[in-house]
Amino acid sequence: MTTAAPSLLVDDLAFAYPDGHQALFGVDLRIAPGERVALLGPNGAGKTTLVLHLNGILRGGRGRVAVAGLPVAEANLQEIRRRVGIVFQDPDDQLFMPTVGEDVAFGPRNMGLDEATVTRRVTQALEQVGMADAADRPPHHLSFGQRRRVAVATVLSMQPEILVLDEPSSNLDPAGRRELAEVLQALPVTLLMVTHDLPYALQLCPRSVVLDRGVIVADAPTRELLADADRLAAHRLELPFGFSVR
Amino acid sequence: MGAGHSAGGISAAYVAGDSPVHRLEPHTKLVAVVAFALVVVTTPVQAASAPVAYAGFLALVLGVAAVAGVRAARLARSLLVELPFVFFALLLPVVSGGPRVQVLGLSLSEHGLWTGGGLLAKATLSVLAATVLAATTEPRALLRGLQRLHLPQVLVQILMFMVRYADVVLGELRRMRVARESRGFRPRHVGALRVLGPAAGSLFIRSYERGERVHLAMLSRGFTGRLPTGPPPVVGARSWATALTLPLAAAVVLGTSSLLL
Repeated sequence: MTTAAPSLLVDDLAFAYPDGHQALFGVDLRIAPGERVALLGPNGAGKTTLVLHLNGILRGGRGRVAVAGLPVAEANLQEIRRRVGIVFQDPDDQLFMPTVGEDVAFGPRNMGLDEATVTRRVTQALEQVGMADAADRPPHHLSFGQRRRVAVATVLSMQPEILVLDEPSSNLDPAGRRELAEVLQALPVTLLMVTHDLPYALQLCPRSVVLDRGVIVADAPTRELLADADRLAAHRLELPFGFSVR
Repeated sequence: MGAGHSAGGISAAYVAGDSPVHRLEPHTKLVAVVAFALVVVTTPVQAASAPVAYAGFLALVLGVAAVAGVRAARLARSLLVELPFVFFALLLPVVSGGPRVQVLGLSLSEHGLWTGGGLLAKATLSVLAATVLAATTEPRALLRGLQRLHLPQVLVQILMFMVRYADVVLGELRRMRVARESRGFRPRHVGALRVLGPAAGSLFIRSYERGERVHLAMLSRGFTGRLPTGPPPVVGARSWATALTLPLAAAVVLGTSSLLL
């Protein structure tokens, strides 16, 4: 991107579900290109609601969202969904095509790219997550950690402006957790990571924002935030037993 | 906790291999099997030549199975699906009218014997052909074949999601059963239905919710209602010719047997 526009700009975003439950009460968030940000917060804070606004799945509340300068609006949805790559928590939800290769090709083909480009994107995305040899395999034959990494590849193939990960470390074994961290660290992308895994946030994201009861209540360097136990506790966050950050 | 590995599932019908039958394009195989079944079905049941034609068809299917390396045990097991037909076929000679013959002290309808026998033979032959198809074609290749044959998109998508998620749903079913039995539940009598009914309901809800999440994931990657497919493979006339050998040979069998007898 040549413009100075932030990768992600959320401005005074408020949203209530049709049943009246209000999830967001005016969220402001600005993420510069290349930044890596952890989105922390207790269950029910509105994290998922916020994420679903980033690519226009949810719309119609107050405020606005823009991705690299392009506002999220009905007319731009296809381009917005290319720019915002969301990796959902359960890889079985993300991987729905018969083979890994076809799944990674799903996004690029929806974008109308020609077949040669699609093939190149698929190969490249799978290489980036270390799964280059899995293209012809059905997803259910892969381990959970492998499926999670392939799920990341399914959005990398769209070359997104910003990668959004929902609980990337959940259900991974320690080695799978580390392997995913290595993959994510090597990716040259802007990153927004929703997580309860505070050590993971510290490892991967220099900056953290805390969302609680539908507003951003903290925005600070991750190390600084995690060192402040009282501030964490005020929002039902805490480091796992035995951990401390100085 | 992992779901464990499922040995069965939807891909259990497939027998890995690299025979000429395996290598055929799936849509040519689909057409071949359907055409074969049509030839089999058009065989006149009451004709004196029918048994000869059935024997010829059987030889053809078994020949293809042998080339494909599908073992006899596998074929025999697949015949279990036609048990309801067998019951019906056995009933026909007893209940049909017309002239009767004595077989082992039973008075059976001659017409019913021909009809029942024909039904049984035709069902068996068609099931055998379908089994060879399923054993030599992966489920997803079959889907590709159906798509190439212009089956409506919606049906292809439903089948595709079924193939993809059958194992996932079966896994959930298994975990629910383990959870029930871990707390001492044993389905011993009709009263167990009061537990199993709600369990089925909750499986339905879970699957429904998964469907919504999958749809969300699809929308997030630019899904517009049409599943994108890659370029279709180039299929030469030779592939078609090879595949259609089966129904053509069956037609020849039918023709010659009715001419000779």
